[in-house]
Amino acid sequence: MSNVPADLKYAKSHEWLKAAPDGTALIGISDYAQNSLGDITFIQLPKVGATFKAGETFGVVESVKAASDVYAPVAGTVLEINPALEANPEKVNGAPYTDGWMLKLRLASPADAANLLSAEEYGKVIA
Amino acid sequence: MELNTITFLPDPTAYGAAPRPLFPCPGPAGRISWDMSVLQTTPLNGFHRRHGGRMVDFAGWDMPVQYKSILDEHKAVRTHAGLFDVSHMGEADVKGPEALKYLQHLVTNDCSKLFPGRILYTVMCYPHGGVVDDLLVYMRGPDDYFLCINAGNVAKDIAWMQAQAKGYHCTVTDRSADYGQLAIQGPKAVEIVQTLTKSAPAGIKYYHFAEGEVAGVKCLISRTGYTGEDGVELYCASSDTERLAEAVLAAGAPLGLELTGLGARDSLRLEAGFPLYGHEITEQISPIAAGLGWVVKFDKGPFIGSDMLQTEKARGPAQKIVFFKTGDRRIVRAGSTVLGENGLVVGLVVSGTLSPMLNEAIGSALVDSARVPGLLCVDIRGTKLNLHLVKPPFVSLKKN
Repeated sequence: MSNVPADLKYAKSHEWLKAAPDGTALIGISDYAQNSLGDITFIQLPKVGATFKAGETFGVVESVKAASDVYAPVAGTVLEINPALEANPEKVNGAPYTDGWMLKLRLASPADAANLLSAEEYGKVIA
Repeated sequence: MELNTITFLPDPTAYGAAPRPLFPCPGPAGRISWDMSVLQTTPLNGFHRRHGGRMVDFAGWDMPVQYKSILDEHKAVRTHAGLFDVSHMGEADVKGPEALKYLQHLVTNDCSKLFPGRILYTVMCYPHGGVVDDLLVYMRGPDDYFLCINAGNVAKDIAWMQAQAKGYHCTVTDRSADYGQLAIQGPKAVEIVQTLTKSAPAGIKYYHFAEGEVAGVKCLISRTGYTGEDGVELYCASSDTERLAEAVLAAGAPLGLELTGLGARDSLRLEAGFPLYGHEITEQISPIAAGLGWVVKFDKGPFIGSDMLQTEKARGPAQKIVFFKTGDRRIVRAGSTVLGENGLVVGLVVSGTLSPMLNEAIGSALVDSARVPGLLCVDIRGTKLNLHLVKPPFVSLKKN
């Protein structure tokens, strides 16, 4: 069974978002996604300052099996990327919701996060 | 992210049933799914599911690509041992007073070097020099040979071999459904099998075999493998395969043996520099182009394809297989184009993975011979990476 933490929001396309009160959010991929990909071997992330629309590709997650695009669940500007993933992309396999975070975004509109799926709703998507 | 596009790299041996491709890998690799309505299963299908195997469609077979992690399974084979189900491989008997004469005509290597208990690696070619398949030839007795052929090629191979047997006093019989096959590979493999048998697998030399019992199951014990490690391959009756697999797993687990899937099998063989049919050798890539000249023995007399292969060897192949690493973790997928000076397309990547031992991308490519040596690179999602040519194996392996 995949782990779907209750305090996060999710996109149907398997990215998670953890909103902070200051209008920023951490972004990553779900436990279900990392498990489906298998061993992650390379992660390509954008530069700090890049902006994305909701649903736009922000990077590539590559596993032994395939390379897959990852999408921004909401619109925003990249404030930080997780520097550990360049050398240790397997952190996304081991801890997809904590050490395996990918981006910190400043949300274009903090209200957008409310449109994403709840843990319960996302749980049904992957059931 | 799109997860429904994730499939394991295809085994293009399944192309046997399809129109012949111009290149071994049509289209972007890793995104190909098979259009086959009924999957074949090995005798270990229930075993795999019970032990958490992640099942995928592999050349029309329902097989485990991994159990837990391809990278970890790969490392287990290099450091301890792995147990692979290779029951999907095909088997055939060649029997009769002209069996040797026939095999000398059929394959490129010299079967007269065989004696009972000895195994030979070879390819068999079409008259134009392209490869029908690569195979192992086991000599059981003077008129009695046993062949191991690739899973995706069984129907094609049997039809080809039977057609070529016309005029020879021998029979070619498909035995694929009768046999299960396990590969136990890694530095601890022989020790593990030894705990289950009164035979002495350590006394069987590399590329030799013996009949015996393992865990009470009658087996052909073969000191062979496809990983570059020491190990054995056990052929047994289909109905005994599951019992044998459970016994090997129980005996091996305390010695570090892991269940290993086809994902690790592919990365292990590529790290060792072994060809995979449909990738480094195909109906369009001859053994000379593939760097397998050592299995082509012109001095044994004519055989199917010998004229073309001799000409190709004398002139030098127009294209050849090279192995490379990149120093980067981005996997160079099969199907990627290889670029030379000025961005000209000079070849095609035919295999690619991340080497779990080197922690960098490795692969093989078919390139214009005139471009080697020379600048070769690939473009991965906008990043240009140089290919550093390597004479395999990519990792140091214990001499068998």
